[in-house]
Amino acid sequence: MPSDSVLRLVWIYPDLLSTYGDQGNVLVLEQRARRRGIPVETVHVRSADPVPESGDIYLIGGGEDRPQILAAERLRRDGGLHRAVARGAAMLAVCAGYQIMGSTFGGEEGQPVDGIGLLDIASGRGGARAVGELVAETDPALGVPTLTGFENHMGVTRLGPGVRPLSRTVVGTGNGDGTEGCYAGKVVGTYLHGPALARNPGLADLLLTWATGAQLPPADDTWFTRLREERLAAVLPRQ
Amino acid sequence: MSQLPLRAQLASALGRTAATLSRATGRGDGSVIGGRVGLALEPDLLRQLAQDRKLALVSATNGKTTTTRLITSALQDLGDVATNAFGANMPAGHVSALSSAKDAPYGVLEVDEKYLPEVVDTTGAGVIVLMNLSRDQMDRAAEIWLLAQKWRRALAGRNVHVIANADDPLVTWGASTAARVTWVSAGQPWKEDSWCCPECGGPLDRKGLDYVPPGGHVSGVPGQSTQAENDWACRECSFRRPAPSWILDGEAAIDPQGRRWTLDIQLPGRANRANAVIALATAEAFGLPVERALPRLREVRSVAGRYTTVERDGRQARLLLAKNPAGWLEAFDVLDPALPVILSVNAQGPDGRDTSWLWDVDYRVLRGRPVYVTGERRLDLALRLDVADVPFQLMGSFGQALAAQPPGKVDVIANYTAFQQIRSEFGRAV
Ligand SMILES: [Zn+2]
Repeated sequence: MPSDSVLRLVWIYPDLLSTYGDQGNVLVLEQRARRRGIPVETVHVRSADPVPESGDIYLIGGGEDRPQILAAERLRRDGGLHRAVARGAAMLAVCAGYQIMGSTFGGEEGQPVDGIGLLDIASGRGGARAVGELVAETDPALGVPTLTGFENHMGVTRLGPGVRPLSRTVVGTGNGDGTEGCYAGKVVGTYLHGPALARNPGLADLLLTWATGAQLPPADDTWFTRLREERLAAVLPRQ
Repeated sequence: MSQLPLRAQLASALGRTAATLSRATGRGDGSVIGGRVGLALEPDLLRQLAQDRKLALVSATNGKTTTTRLITSALQDLGDVATNAFGANMPAGHVSALSSAKDAPYGVLEVDEKYLPEVVDTTGAGVIVLMNLSRDQMDRAAEIWLLAQKWRRALAGRNVHVIANADDPLVTWGASTAARVTWVSAGQPWKEDSWCCPECGGPLDRKGLDYVPPGGHVSGVPGQSTQAENDWACRECSFRRPAPSWILDGEAAIDPQGRRWTLDIQLPGRANRANAVIALATAEAFGLPVERALPRLREVRSVAGRYTTVERDGRQARLLLAKNPAGWLEAFDVLDPALPVILSVNAQGPDGRDTSWLWDVDYRVLRGRPVYVTGERRLDLALRLDVADVPFQLMGSFGQALAAQPPGKVDVIANYTAFQQIRSEFGRAV
């Protein structure tokens, strides 16, 4: 992000993929940037419109099978997101949006559908829907505290050598092999659906740090912390 | 109706006994448990109980309990009406409703959206009322495009008369396979689930209205929309809004003859005026004219505790139920801007265990009034309001929040189990 300008958030296809409160990730990033004096500009890209290449952080959310397939087709045809990531933009891809980033994912009847190939992962359809609270220990290299959130998906995701697991699950299903989500460069994918950043402000700050290239001053985390503590205590077995 | 086969009669009688016991032991209003016992004994009971009656089924994401009540009130002008007044909207509840009013020639049944195809098939109902579809309880896989697709299949080739909201593209798509549809312009303030065409996935255009991102207001006043804003058409295929024959226009209904009827109902808010227009169109399908139906709609003051006021120590709290983002948008429209508001949110089974939907609600409209936050998931809501820059006070319970008010009126918005908790602690007057 050029030091003289604003932080540009790009929310991809809210008209197709924003079914689960995905707006929360946009709002949390906006708030945490503004409260540190970083001006923010957010662009909502409707699926009929081109994806701008000049954003700093891209967000894509979750949705039903049909919108997911439509979104994958349009992103592939558009190419704007590929150019942005090649340029070094950061991205958070959530749930259906996460699956789209891979080489393939499961469609309405479980049939393989082509993804957009921005992450070295391949997803398919699992046997049972994974619904519930998820807790996972983050890759220590990222310096992000324990992940907490809610998952709701039927996907099983295999990680290739080009990505690293974002975390290891303690409670919940995640990718289906004991890991949850993945990252490569500045692109993060996760099954924590909807407003994942609301429960994980550390992950929000990681994206902001990547995008600004600067160390962030501490923020007032009162309500974030209280919610995290309550959720982790409710989900984790008593010590 | 009294000519049920013996086995069915027995099943129905046993069901009623269980319902009585359930009420007597204080374990509920009895409507579901009665039906469950009945259904277990006679799977075909619902089909038999539905036979020879004139039935309307009412389905939607929001407003189905209230609209069921309004239609029931109107049809009582014609004769006795069987109905599931307590919102037990799955087949067990339908059995219970029909068997407790055996001789009623009419029936109005609220039907869970997911059960609609099955209940249409079982009951052979002649009138189907479809109002809106939006995101709701996502942890139970309420995939609404898929749901609308199932409605299409269930209605295709059937001799039914559908009354449907033409302003909701997904409802229109779900209803449009029916042989006969009366289209009603009942409005659609919540548009986040219909910016794309359900037929082809292309962008839906709305006249005089650019795409408004989630969290943005569609017009200056949330909940108010003009006729032009209600129009929609796909940019890429021929799917577009059908011409409505009934229209909600502000405080009035316009009937198919173009006559304007000031609604003047007691239930508050835009959503209830929309429900009332739908009820008038449905009444007409049963041959009941507006001049006879409308006075009956005006008698309805509260529905299963919604909009009632509970009182303690000089504080009068008006209870509004809102279960999902579209419901919260409609509830904000009912709030008195001069009053403080208490918000209570739970995430038990009936609410959906996932609170992500809180981030789809635009709470900024609450800025500038005292806001109190309670419920089992109050910390989720607290963070949501903090991020929206809405000042609030966190309270340990609804009782504490109420006691913190000055004597006088306060508005309350609660989701399903939070609402029921308040009602059971502070009075269940309906
Ligand atoms: Zn279309």
